[in-house]
Amino acid sequence: MSNHAHIDEHRDDEGAKTGMWIFIFTELILFGGLFIVYSVYRYLNPAAFHLAAEELDTFIGTVNTVILLTSSMTIAMSVSAIQYQNKKLTLILMGVTILLAVVFMVNKYFEWSGKIAHGIYPGSPTLMEASQGEILFFGLYYAMTGLHAIHIIIGVAFIAYVMRLVVKDEVQHDNFTILENSGLYWHLVDLIWIFLFPLFYLIT
Amino acid sequence: MEKEQHTHIVKYKTYVFVLIALLLMTFTSVAITSLNLGPYTVSAALLLAGSKSLLVLLIFMHLKFDKKFYSIMVGGVFLLFASVIFITFLDYLYR
Amino acid sequence: MHMSDTVIQNHEPNYLEYQGRYKGIFAWIFSTDHKRIGLLYLYSMLVLFSAAAILGLLMKIELIAPGKTIMDAQTYNSFFTLHGITMIFLIVVPGLPAVFGNFFLPLMIGAKDVAFPKLNLLSWWIYIAGAAIVLSSQFFGDGPPDTGWTFYAPYSFRTGTNMLPAVTGAFILGFSSIATGINFIVTMHRMRAPGMTWMKMPLFPWALYGTSWIQVLATPIVGITLLMIVLERTLQIGFFDPALGGDPILYQHLFWIYSHPAVYIMILPAMGVISEIIPTFARKTIFGYKAIVVSTLAIAFVGYFVWGHHMFTSGMSGTALYTFSILTFLVAIPSAIKIFNWVATLHKASIDIQTPFLWALCFLFVFMIGGLSGMVLGALSANVHLHDTAFVVAHFHFIVFGGTGYAFFGALHYWYPKMFGRMYDKGWANIGLAVFFTGFNTLYLPMFYLGMIGMPRRYYDYVEEFHGPNIVSSFGAMLMISGLVIIITNLVRSARKGEIAEADPWKGKTLEWTVASPPPLENFAEIPVVTKRPYDYE
Repeated sequence: MSNHAHIDEHRDDEGAKTGMWIFIFTELILFGGLFIVYSVYRYLNPAAFHLAAEELDTFIGTVNTVILLTSSMTIAMSVSAIQYQNKKLTLILMGVTILLAVVFMVNKYFEWSGKIAHGIYPGSPTLMEASQGEILFFGLYYAMTGLHAIHIIIGVAFIAYVMRLVVKDEVQHDNFTILENSGLYWHLVDLIWIFLFPLFYLIT
Repeated sequence: MEKEQHTHIVKYKTYVFVLIALLLMTFTSVAITSLNLGPYTVSAALLLAGSKSLLVLLIFMHLKFDKKFYSIMVGGVFLLFASVIFITFLDYLYR
Repeated sequence: MHMSDTVIQNHEPNYLEYQGRYKGIFAWIFSTDHKRIGLLYLYSMLVLFSAAAILGLLMKIELIAPGKTIMDAQTYNSFFTLHGITMIFLIVVPGLPAVFGNFFLPLMIGAKDVAFPKLNLLSWWIYIAGAAIVLSSQFFGDGPPDTGWTFYAPYSFRTGTNMLPAVTGAFILGFSSIATGINFIVTMHRMRAPGMTWMKMPLFPWALYGTSWIQVLATPIVGITLLMIVLERTLQIGFFDPALGGDPILYQHLFWIYSHPAVYIMILPAMGVISEIIPTFARKTIFGYKAIVVSTLAIAFVGYFVWGHHMFTSGMSGTALYTFSILTFLVAIPSAIKIFNWVATLHKASIDIQTPFLWALCFLFVFMIGGLSGMVLGALSANVHLHDTAFVVAHFHFIVFGGTGYAFFGALHYWYPKMFGRMYDKGWANIGLAVFFTGFNTLYLPMFYLGMIGMPRRYYDYVEEFHGPNIVSSFGAMLMISGLVIIITNLVRSARKGEIAEADPWKGKTLEWTVASPPPLENFAEIPVVTKRPYDYE
């Protein structure tokens, strides 16, 4: 263990991964706070939540779920690809992940703008006439899917950054922790959506 | 500094199977919604979401192949969060 | 420890002299050296602490007589808000980990730095940015915030004052806290010196370990809660607004789900510091090392589930009230275990009475009073009477100022020679402590009594019946501030003019005392091999 390398050259792949996991925990708890709020208000307003959820399009929700799950698979595969030393495939898989994320965001955009066109947005006159439970439902809907969308953007930026490193051969089969970490972050985004989807789109 | 080698490479096929399982569970949860199961709908949806996230955690996020320590941490965090929800509901359930 | 004779590395510059890529102040604010970052935090906090302490003094002067004395009600409201936000979010929560954790964690576990030095520097920058945003709330917009540091809904989104910067700043500070927590956990998992198993790790790192987990797992909750307040104010989302169906008590739940564990973020590292000071000056291994480790983790764990005791009069369900009360009493057990451990360590020891040791003794005294008054508040029936009175303020300051504050100054006097390579004037240090300690008790003890006879907190005025104890209390505040002035002047002066300190002035046995004072740039020329437990005085 006696190395005299300068502090900055310290490299610890396992440590970097541990750090990433702990960061993921903080993200989970961050969304957790919103899930607590959701569960309390759903418990207090079951009928209104049901009524409000019917406004959401289950079809778009399902399509977006399929998109995110698939993108999660492609980024997971890219980690295997880099280990097989297949740089081209790694880049293709990462590119597909970003592409799917963009499609997800486009869907989201149409979904949100559709709602806003119907006058359903926080503080809107239409919503203020609705019941309290519906106001809360849509408040939570915008806050949670909005925060999730911000995480998608961060994830895309992260993956794009790592793609650049792969292109420059700074990420290779024996040095790919940052790719693994960007993948972990992307799976986190997926994980949260797995719960958001039934909680907003599938209420009966 | 010794380096842990990432010896385990997950096969592409495994990921494809996992994706198929995840998609099947998604469609099942959509289908269940149209049935009228009453109060069990929420539990069914959450159960399916739970199994889906377990698959993502174990295979996509490599918990199955990593050191035990990671699984323990993840389990601990979920347990902690569940306890917080439980205690919060001690207020709302009995108010 | 492995190195019985101290090795002084003369060939390497110490961290204070080292000239890197940047010059002057940039050599500090862009340094990724954990020691310099520790000092950056120390200096930032001393400035903020002085400002917030002066606010506190002004409030006590206002309370020296009934009616308006030196400020009106709204000024008083904004003073206690800024005092609270600054003291809690900017000083006490980050305090010990960011200053002494950064400086000493790597030294104590035999590492050259923390796991992610750049992230460490980033967390200081986030801290400064958060502080600047919080403080900006005072200078523009519609007047300084007046909600108190808890930002309780619905007032926090209805008040016309400048809430957004205060809340946003507190939200940003959370990231700094999280970054430090992640850094420390990974450092302890990955970078302990060879031979230092978990059960050979000193107790201050252990305390930081528990603290870091709370920082990582509780801070996001307050982050999202403050974000909801921001959304509420800007977009009318209705989360906590009763007019829109929201439940203000849910805000209290979420706020305290973070802020109660935050109390343990404050107190655990303080306990860690005391566990370092006591064996060093008792020249004896600590009594019940394992019990202290287990109780540290137990406090961190159970402390997560007692948030509701801040809300006993808010209208929670009976079931929740009983549960929170029982859990609150449970969390007292591990705290008491530690007190017994420290006292048992002192039993039959040949004690070397020095300034840091006196700070530790004073800590034990005030922490016991703080802890026991906490039990009074944890009991449901007593709480209903004492809630939102001066009693709570006294209890809180005995724990947070008496706990973390005393440990902070104790740590400063303990590690000062290591950090600066010079010794402070011990005579003045002891005088300062005596004045401070007398002032502290004169200030806060009467407030227990005032609370019991019914004086509410956060009022700038009171009825004539409360006058006597308030005079005593305000006098105590002036005495305490004089003590602080003596202490800080002595420390600042000695950084340049003090006697040169040796590597191990207190005969400590943990690894930080095996390197030169001040430590060389990379701490250890050769990473030590640990074979013995810490505090080995055989």
